[in-house]
Amino acid sequence: MTDTPSLYEELRDRIRADQPTGLCTIIDGPNIGAKLLIAPDRASRGTLGNPELDRIVTRDSLAELEAGRSGVRHYGPQGQTTPEDLIDTDTVSVFVESFAAAPQLWIFGAVDFTAALAKVAKVLGYRVLVCDAREVFATRRRFPMADEVMVSWPMPVFVERGAELGPRDAVCVLTHDPKFDVPAVMGALTTRVGYIGVMGSRTTHAKRMERLTEAGLTDPNEIDRLMSPIGLDIGARTPEETAISICAEIIARRTGRKTPSLRDGSGAIHSAQ
Amino acid sequence: MREILDDIERWRLNNRRIAVARVVNIEGSGPRDPGASMAVNEDGEVAGSVSGGCVEGAVVGEALAILHGDMEPRMVTFGYSDDEAFAVGLTCGGIIHLFIEPLNW
Repeated sequence: MTDTPSLYEELRDRIRADQPTGLCTIIDGPNIGAKLLIAPDRASRGTLGNPELDRIVTRDSLAELEAGRSGVRHYGPQGQTTPEDLIDTDTVSVFVESFAAAPQLWIFGAVDFTAALAKVAKVLGYRVLVCDAREVFATRRRFPMADEVMVSWPMPVFVERGAELGPRDAVCVLTHDPKFDVPAVMGALTTRVGYIGVMGSRTTHAKRMERLTEAGLTDPNEIDRLMSPIGLDIGARTPEETAISICAEIIARRTGRKTPSLRDGSGAIHSAQ
Repeated sequence: MREILDDIERWRLNNRRIAVARVVNIEGSGPRDPGASMAVNEDGEVAGSVSGGCVEGAVVGEALAILHGDMEPRMVTFGYSDDEAFAVGLTCGGIIHLFIEPLNW
């Protein structure tokens, strides 16, 4: 039973293992249905029918995979991409489908809002890490929905694994304890993470900003990366509603939509009902 | 594909032939992004979706025709500029391009 797995079987296994993979399929032109399976960690498998076309499509699809994009690209029969080369020749349309690894959400602070946020983030397809320095709170039993629960201070996590975070990922700091949230924010700012949200009332936020300034955070561009107080201003009250307001803000920041963030408002976050 | 793997695997275990339809491109307003996928087995069972429910019925017909050997793998377009073969539209007014093929790779 040492048969080489089919392209489908390899794709299936890699998707399930959350390993980034691209599937390139000719959808129009000669060799319709021909496939190339690409991955950043190993050579391509399959062929679109021409070695030069395979080489160019591999290069392009690896870039698309990095960006997490899927779409149709057009080539000449030998992978030509310049418009002049495509005049009077058959073009090949290739659907490049990216199976990027799941985006990550790192939650600092194992508080009552954490479980609700982890739950909503799982629905959205995030890989969720929960981290708190307090052993009694950061337990698997309290956060069975999380992919990983860590007992640690924030900085070592960013030093060891901060390079994993990119524009699709998010960090939420929910502790509202300055001992913990100042290093968590400073750590998050050392990464390329796309979203950093920090929980707390406007009073907590103002005090925290003072401590962050003392810790060396003065660059306005860096301060602008912080969504603090965290979440959209949708009047959320329960942990679950707050989780929705946070996740909605993460989506809106990614898509660049104008939505009312708590950060950009003023007055009490929870008005009397 | 991610969402339909479990169903596909169940069907493969039962030696069902399977066709897969994937959204490859959308123009204008479209309910699902490129990569949204739907699988159909030879018994007409369905997993996944490629729109908000507007065109799935027509996709089943296409997929079965491919599985029965009456049609080659191909691009299929749904939207307001439908050709005569597809009197199925998207209520949102967009156009979606699907690629439908047998799972034999």
